[in-house]
Amino acid sequence: MVPRSWRKIKYRYDLRGSYCENCGNYHYPPRNFCPTCRRRGKVIETLFPEEGRVVSYTVVREKEPYIVALIELDNGARVLSQVCCDPSEMKIGMRVRKAFRRYGEDNEDGIIHYGTKFVPVN
Amino acid sequence: MRRVAVVGVGQSKFGELWDKGFRDIVLEAGREALEDADLEGKEIEAIFVGNMSGGRYLGQEHIAALIADYAGLAEFGIPATRVEAADASGGLAVRQAYMAVASGMHDIVIAAGAEKVTDVGDPMEILSASVDIEWERFVGGNLPALYAIIARLHMETFGTTEEDLALISVKNHRNGALNPKAQFQRVIRVEDVLNSPYVAEPLKLLDCASVSDGAAAVILASEDVAREITDTPVFIEACTQASDYLALQSRKDILTMNSVVKAARESYKIAGVEPKDIQVAEIHDSFTIAEVLAYEDLGFAEKGEGAELIREGVTEIGGKIPVNPSGGLKACGHAVGATGVRQIVELTLQLRGEAGKRQVEAEKGLALNIGGTGATAVVSVLGR
Repeated sequence: MVPRSWRKIKYRYDLRGSYCENCGNYHYPPRNFCPTCRRRGKVIETLFPEEGRVVSYTVVREKEPYIVALIELDNGARVLSQVCCDPSEMKIGMRVRKAFRRYGEDNEDGIIHYGTKFVPVN
Repeated sequence: MRRVAVVGVGQSKFGELWDKGFRDIVLEAGREALEDADLEGKEIEAIFVGNMSGGRYLGQEHIAALIADYAGLAEFGIPATRVEAADASGGLAVRQAYMAVASGMHDIVIAAGAEKVTDVGDPMEILSASVDIEWERFVGGNLPALYAIIARLHMETFGTTEEDLALISVKNHRNGALNPKAQFQRVIRVEDVLNSPYVAEPLKLLDCASVSDGAAAVILASEDVAREITDTPVFIEACTQASDYLALQSRKDILTMNSVVKAARESYKIAGVEPKDIQVAEIHDSFTIAEVLAYEDLGFAEKGEGAELIREGVTEIGGKIPVNPSGGLKACGHAVGATGVRQIVELTLQLRGEAGKRQVEAEKGLALNIGGTGATAVVSVLGR
């Protein structure tokens, strides 16, 4: 898991996606190939807006429940992420903002996985 | 393209088969299919196997050669091929076998699906490897969570309720109670579903199919050969496969499975039928919401109106389009790579009139097998 996590750090710590200069579409996660233009596409990596709205969500009832939401960022790209708040605060359509949070660790001596989560915008 | 018929079907019991190994259940299904077709075994020219994750469920790869070997076919050296598309692997195996016969390459082939999930590891976690591991699973989006996200939006957008979803589970359990090969042969009530604990809100334990052990096999033959073997051939009139974006976040609309729409449209066109002509269907209800979406994406109902079919009893045995008379994934158990083949076994029995207590009146049947959250869909139309 370590090499895979290591090479993804750039994308996990920032909201970084791709933009196709040919068709103007944004994609998350970043792609090497634009699904609209394919070979004609001109894909560059770019930072994405840090705010968006909740399209839908679920509360996963594991030992420590957590919220997973599909979020539409302000550039139209969609991101699956966790939302940090009380489940009772969650509503479809609510505004959320990117935050840097801990996702977990491999084991006691393993690496800690950090990444992007979202918090409600008040 | 030649017409292709199902000439033999077999299935192991589905469930937690602690006293049986992978080889035992595959051979049980294969032997039953051979007996059903009244073949000796050496007539088989090729094997296609649907298996999602022998490597993680068993630590065993090279599954197709293993099966050919233990089926007593190693002496003949026939080609044995494993195909994988998560829990649509079985549907793929049927389609590969169908293409092998339709093309004229082979006359008699066997398509098997098998999974032994209870030996090692966490079955649902391994099934969740069907989603995007780096961009969905990493943030906690396992399979139940992703279907729950779809369910919540369907409820918000179209007014589908948790009770509607519960009705799907209740129907499939009622049917499963009539199927001696089903894992759960007992009737449940709507309150049982509603009172079961949440797995991922709004989906509860009894909205989710259990990941189970099981195997199924079908023997396919060209029309000429089929008519020599059997008086009751059931024809595969179409078998189509389509793909979609792997992750939900890449799809413009998560309330429609484009792969299902595309595969269904193509199947209807090839078979020369419309949704209203389908009289029985086996649908991939890995989660209850998936059956509601399928009603819509297969054209049985308009988008957003899927729940009305279950409320009005249209998809019950005795209704206009009975769906999952076998009990579906929910009551049969979801033996991952075996499920897509089991669906063809069920349709064949139904169309022959050999489905026992769960028999419906039908001449045309449809099967829908889905991989993960819909990045793969396989649709088959069968006719007598």
